[in-house]
Amino acid sequence: MEKTTDAHTSQWRIVDHDVIKPGTRGIVFNEPLIFENGKPGRTGCDIPQSEFPKRNLTAHFDPALLRHRVEGLAEVSEPEAVRHYTRLSQWNYGLDGGFYPLGSCTMKYNPKVNETVARLEGFTGLHPLQEPQTAQGALRVIYELERMLCEIVGMETASLQPAAGAQGELAGIMLVRAYHTEKGNPRKKIILPDSAHGTNPASAALCDYQSVPMQSGPDGLIDLAALEKLMDEETAALMLTNPNTLGIFEKNIKQVCEIVHKKGGLVYGDGANTNAIMGKTRFGDMGIDVCHLNLHKTFSTPHGGGGPGSGPVLAKGILAPYMPVPRVTLENGRYALDWNQPKSIGALTAYFGNFGVYLRAYAYILSMGPQGLNDVSDAAVLNANYILAKLKDHYHVPYNNTCMHECVLSDKLQQEHHVSTLDIAKALIDRGFHPPTIYFPLIVKGAMMIEPTETETMETMDMFIDSMREIAELAKTDPDAVTKSPTLAKVKRLDETQAARSPDLRHRS
Amino acid sequence: MLSAIGVASVEDLFHQIPQNIRLDRAYDLPSAMPEQQLLRHAKDLARQNRPAAATASFLGAGAYNHFVPSAVDQLIGRSEFYTAYTPYQPEISQGTLQAIYEYQSYVCALFNMEVANASMYDGASALAEAVLMACRIEKKDEVVLSNLVHPRWRQVVKTYTANRGLKLRESVDHKAGYADAKALAGLVTDRTAAIVVQSPNFFGNVEDLAAIADVCREKEVLFVVGVAEAMSLGLLRPPGDFGADIVVADGQSLGLGLSFGGPYLGMFATRDRHMRQMPGRICGKTVDHDGKRGFVLTLSAREQHIRREKATSNICSNQALCALTVSIYLSLMGRQGFTETAKNCFYAAAALKERIAASRRGTKASFDLPFFNEFLVDLANPAEMLNRRLMEKGMIGGYNIGRDYPDMKNKMLLAVTELTTQQDMDRLMEVLGA
Amino acid sequence: MECPDGLHYTKDHEWGLEEDGTLTVGITDYAQGELGDVVYVELPEVGTMLKAGEPFGVVESVKSVSDLYSPCSGEVLEINPDLESEPETVNSSPYDRGWMIKVAVSDPKELEKLLSAEKYLEFVNSLK
Repeated sequence: MEKTTDAHTSQWRIVDHDVIKPGTRGIVFNEPLIFENGKPGRTGCDIPQSEFPKRNLTAHFDPALLRHRVEGLAEVSEPEAVRHYTRLSQWNYGLDGGFYPLGSCTMKYNPKVNETVARLEGFTGLHPLQEPQTAQGALRVIYELERMLCEIVGMETASLQPAAGAQGELAGIMLVRAYHTEKGNPRKKIILPDSAHGTNPASAALCDYQSVPMQSGPDGLIDLAALEKLMDEETAALMLTNPNTLGIFEKNIKQVCEIVHKKGGLVYGDGANTNAIMGKTRFGDMGIDVCHLNLHKTFSTPHGGGGPGSGPVLAKGILAPYMPVPRVTLENGRYALDWNQPKSIGALTAYFGNFGVYLRAYAYILSMGPQGLNDVSDAAVLNANYILAKLKDHYHVPYNNTCMHECVLSDKLQQEHHVSTLDIAKALIDRGFHPPTIYFPLIVKGAMMIEPTETETMETMDMFIDSMREIAELAKTDPDAVTKSPTLAKVKRLDETQAARSPDLRHRS
Repeated sequence: MLSAIGVASVEDLFHQIPQNIRLDRAYDLPSAMPEQQLLRHAKDLARQNRPAAATASFLGAGAYNHFVPSAVDQLIGRSEFYTAYTPYQPEISQGTLQAIYEYQSYVCALFNMEVANASMYDGASALAEAVLMACRIEKKDEVVLSNLVHPRWRQVVKTYTANRGLKLRESVDHKAGYADAKALAGLVTDRTAAIVVQSPNFFGNVEDLAAIADVCREKEVLFVVGVAEAMSLGLLRPPGDFGADIVVADGQSLGLGLSFGGPYLGMFATRDRHMRQMPGRICGKTVDHDGKRGFVLTLSAREQHIRREKATSNICSNQALCALTVSIYLSLMGRQGFTETAKNCFYAAAALKERIAASRRGTKASFDLPFFNEFLVDLANPAEMLNRRLMEKGMIGGYNIGRDYPDMKNKMLLAVTELTTQQDMDRLMEVLGA
Repeated sequence: MECPDGLHYTKDHEWGLEEDGTLTVGITDYAQGELGDVVYVELPEVGTMLKAGEPFGVVESVKSVSDLYSPCSGEVLEINPDLESEPETVNSSPYDRGWMIKVAVSDPKELEKLLSAEKYLEFVNSLK
C-alpha cells in the first residue's frame, strides 16, 4: 500500500509501506542553492565590535588595493544556513545510513570514539609551527602511529605526511627515484599490471617514469614469465596491489619480488587492500620495498564525501634517507623534529599532513589491539566470501570462486536481457543500498566489485543478497523495471553528457 | 556462513597465502583499549600539548586562529556528510554534489576567477599543482618564483617539480619586503611559463599585483598567485581583479581549526580557457531524466582514472569535508560578517603595530608597507630568546623567521586575528618592553 | 557502420579526404560509435606542423578520451570552428560536418600507406 500526500507546494511526500523495507523514503525536501536563499544584509553570525579603533582604510592602503564589495557571498540567517545544509545532508547516502559495499574503498563503520578523540582542544587548537616542547602529545601520536603502521605492514620507516593515498603513492615513487638516482641511474620505466588503479600510471608519470602495462595471467594473477621478460635494468619498479584488484591474493608474490630485485628494481605495494591481510601476512615479509596505506579505508577514518584522507608512505630501511621531512624523533623521552635529511625527497604538504585524520586511525588501532586487527581480516574475508557464495549462481564470476576481502562479479548474464552493471547499481539504490564499485577493474567487462567489510552483520548482507537476486530475476522478467532505476532517489539518472558539453561549474548571480 | 561458503573454518579462506610469508606471531602492538581507557589516554596526550588557540598566541605564518561559529561544527558533524564516500553515484550524493558546486562558486567569488575545482590537499600542494599546470599550458619548463612565497609552500613546489625536469628560478632579494616586479621580470627567459607570487607575502606585506601582472602581460607568461591567509580576501582586492591566470589559497582560516597543520584546504581556480588543464575533481550542474536540476562530477576525462599517465594530476581523494566546512563558514558569515571580520583583523594588527612602533626598547616594525594581519618586527635580540621568554609566561610568540631567512635572526613575524585581545597584546608588550 | 569509398583510413580510426594536396581529417563512424557522446574536441592551432602518426589533438566523451593521430605530415591550414560549440557534430556527421582539420600534405607518398575503405572495414571487423 502506498499513500502519497502532496502539500500545495508539492515540496514533500510521505510514503507509507506496510512492511518497512530498505529503500523506503520519508520526507525529501527540495532546497535551492544557498545563493537563492536569504536577503541582502542578512548574516548568520554576530560579529562583536572590535575593541580596537576603527580606521580609515584609505589612510593605510592605496585604494587600488582595497576590495570595495565582496560579490557572490550568500546572505542568510543562521537558521536558514542550518536548514540548508541539513537538507543537503539528507540527500546523501552515508555509511551511518546503510550498507556501503563499495569495492576497494573499504567503507567500514567509523567508530564514534575516534571523533571524540579528534575533537579534543589539545589537538584541534595546536598550531603546526609551535615549538616541539609545546606539542609533545601530538608528536608522540605521530611517532607512535608511524611505529604501529610499520609493525602492521612489516616496514622499517614511515611518514604520515601524504594527505591521501594518491599522494602517498607519489611519495613512494619519489623514494624509488631518489634511491635509483643515488645509485647512478634513475631508470626509465615502471611496470604495472593491467588491473592497476589509474593513480598508479599518473603517479609514475609525475616522477617522469614511463608506464609499462603487463597483462595478467588467465588466473587473474601476475604472469611470472611475462614479468621476467619485461623486467630489465631500465625498470625502476613494479607497482602492484596484494590482494590484487580482482580480490585475489598474489600467491607467487615472493617470486615476483625476486624477479624484480634480481635486476636491481624495487617493488611498490598499493596498500588499498590491506583490510584483507592484517595479522596474516605483511608487505615487508612478502619482499615489497615500499608501500602506502589508506587510513580512510583500512583504519576506519571517515571519508568525508571525498576526503580528507590520509595516505602514509612506508618503506624498508634502504629508503629511509629519502623520506619526507621533517622526521619526528624520540630522544631521552622528548619528541623533536629533524629537518637535517639532505637526501630527503622534501615535503608533500606544508606541515604534518592530515593530522586530524590520522589521529582517528591512531585511536582505532589502540582500540582494536593486535587480536582485534587480526579478527578484522577474518571477518572481512568471511563476509566477502559469503556474498560471493550466495550470488555466484545469479551473476557471472569472472575469476576464482573464492576471494579475499572483496569479490568481483560481472553483468555477463544480465547483458543477454540488455541490463547492464550500471542498471543493476541504480536498482540497488531503490532497494536502499549503496551500489558496489562498478566498471573497475577495467580488465573485467561490466565489473561489480563488492566489499562488505567486517562491520556488517549477516542480516544486513542477507538483505543485500536478496536484493541482488531479485534484481537478477527482474532482469529476466521485466528488464525495463531495472533500466528505469532509480525512481526513489532525490533525482533520476542525470545527464552527464550535457554536464560535460556545456560545463556549468558555478552559480552566476 | 561457513557452510554456505563450503569451507570448514575461516582459516581455510586464507589458503591462498603461502606459509612462508604468513605472520606466525601476533602484532607487537599495545593490547586493545576499551573506550573509557582510550579516552583517558587521548586526553592525557592532549594535555601534553599547549595549544596556541587556548592562550595568547602571535603565531601565524600560514595557519591562523580565527573564530568559528558553533553551527559550523554541528553541521559538518552530520554523518550523512562525513561518512559518505566520493560522490560516484550522483543520485544518492546530491547533498555532497550541490555543496561542492556551491563551494566552487564561493571560491570563484572570493578570488574573482572563472572556474574552480572541488579542492586540493592544502595551499602548498595546490601551488605545486598550479606550477605544473602552468608549464603544461605553456609547454615550457621554467617558472619564476618569488622567495617571499611561504617557505614550506616553495619546498612542496620543489618536491613536486624536481622529477619533471622543471626549473624554478627563485628571486633572491627579500630585504625590501616585497617582490620587486622588475627583479622578477629579469628572471624571465623564453622558457618561462609563469611568475608565481604570494600576497600578502610571507612577511605579511601586500604585493603590488598590478605591477607584477603588467610584467606577466609584457613577457607573455602566466600569472600565478597564492594566498596563505584567505581572510585577507575580505579586505583586499582579489588576484582575479589583477588578471591572474591561476589562483590558489589555503582555506584554513575560513572555518577550519589549526589542527596541528591539517586537514586544511587547497583552494584552486583558473580562467575558463584553462578549464581542461585544471587538476582535481569538478562538479557541474545538469538535469535528470525528468528535467529536474541535479549535479554530477564532470570533465573527468582530465583525471587519472580515465587519462591515466596523461592525466592532469594523480589526485583523487581531496578535502571534500574541508571544502564543505569553508562553504558553511562563508554562508554563516555572509558578505557582511566576512568583510567585518577581515576588517577587525586589520584593526587589531594595526593597533599592535602602532604599539610596537611606540615602544622604545629596540623593537620596531621592519617595514612600512601595506599589510593585512601579519607583520615583521626587528628585535634587539634573536627571536628565539624572546619566544622562550614568552613561553615561560604561558604565551606563544611569533614565527622565528630566521629559520628560513638566516640573515633575519633578530626578526619575528607577528600574526594577529579578530580573536587577539587587548589583554593578549598587553602581555606581549610587557615581555617585549622588559 | 558507414565507411565511404574514396577516403584514406588509418588503424587509429581517422579518415582523410585528399583534394588538391590538402587532406581533410576526421574520425570514422566506428570511432565515434566506440567513444559515445563526444563532449569536447581539442585541435591544434592553424600553422602547426604535424608529423604522420603523431598526436595532433584529443577527443573526449563523458567516460573516455582518445588522442587523435595525424594520417600525414604537413601544416595545419584550417580547423573546424564549429566543433568548439557543437562537439556532438562528430557523432552525428563524422565524415562531413564533423571534420576536424585540413592539412597541406607535405609528402604525398605517406597517403599511399593509408588504408582503403575495404581494408579498413576488414581491420575493424578483426577487432570485434
